[in-house]
Amino acid sequence: MHEVTLIEGVMNTVRASALEHDIVRITRVKLVIGKLSMALPDSLQFAFQVLGEQDDLFRGAQLEIEEQEIQCRCSDCQQEFVVDKDYRFVCNFCNGVNVEIIRGRELYIDHYEGDKN
Amino acid sequence: MVQIALGSNILGANELLARKNRKLFEQDGTLVINLMSSPGAGKTTILERSLEGITGKLKIGVIEGDLYTDQDAQRIGKKGVEVVQINTEGTCHLDAGMVNKALERLPASDYQLVFIENVGNLVCPAEFDLGEDFRVVVFSVAEGNDKLLKYPLIFREARVILLNKIDLLAYTDFSLEKFQEDLAQINPSAIVFLVSGRTGEGVKEWTEWLLEEVSKKQNRF
Repeated sequence: MHEVTLIEGVMNTVRASALEHDIVRITRVKLVIGKLSMALPDSLQFAFQVLGEQDDLFRGAQLEIEEQEIQCRCSDCQQEFVVDKDYRFVCNFCNGVNVEIIRGRELYIDHYEGDKN
Repeated sequence: MVQIALGSNILGANELLARKNRKLFEQDGTLVINLMSSPGAGKTTILERSLEGITGKLKIGVIEGDLYTDQDAQRIGKKGVEVVQINTEGTCHLDAGMVNKALERLPASDYQLVFIENVGNLVCPAEFDLGEDFRVVVFSVAEGNDKLLKYPLIFREARVILLNKIDLLAYTDFSLEKFQEDLAQINPSAIVFLVSGRTGEGVKEWTEWLLEEVSKKQNRF
């Protein structure tokens, strides 16, 4: 995927927010990434490290990534279940295939931490 | 130390622009299709074949997305439709902003049907809403059965799958049964057409279905 672009987007959003809050140094950023989003945590970490080193605001900051399982709800029996690595969207309880994805596509910045001057 | 909660979507800017595009497409009831596949699956050939059957029946615009060159736009332009080429110059997918820009040269209100041919890639384009009505994935038997489960998101989100190069079926290890079995578990509501860009087989069934969708949208707006 385009992990470098995603991290650039993250840094821009955090930078804009930091400016508003008079934060001059970012120490930690936490992302939530759904397993269906196809963004690779290792590549995100790598991009964050490389881009962060060249950036006064982000230098030395840690990136925390919470991976969100793919969670579905069966429209037939209303049960919720997790879809594992084989990506078969079939209800674990009734084998129904009318399945709604309720989690797993997340790609968002949960929060960040930083220091004020 | 201060902690600031954000909860902001990393692709939020794209989603905002996609909504803007969708609104534009609704104004005049233009049906917009996001055509996706891996490189070489036959998107452009299928598009050419599809256009042959429906140009003259309605006003069609095409947005072509490629990393480099305008080869596809030249091919499609010969089919008598308006076409705009976007060169992403390295970016692996189209985003809503690029489409929004292309619409300055190809005003959606002039057309009843707009095809957006995405960059050949089964991964990234799936993440980017362009404001389309629905997604069509061209998948060819030469790619092998395993791709469905290897790239689940793009197949999960497709409304239509055009199973292409069906004329090569006898020369590959592709199993139609296995394909249907896997698809029933990834995306049971997907509509599948078996087509061949080379022989034209199955294209008529697909374009007839598509024309119905165009009139459904026209009637809604």
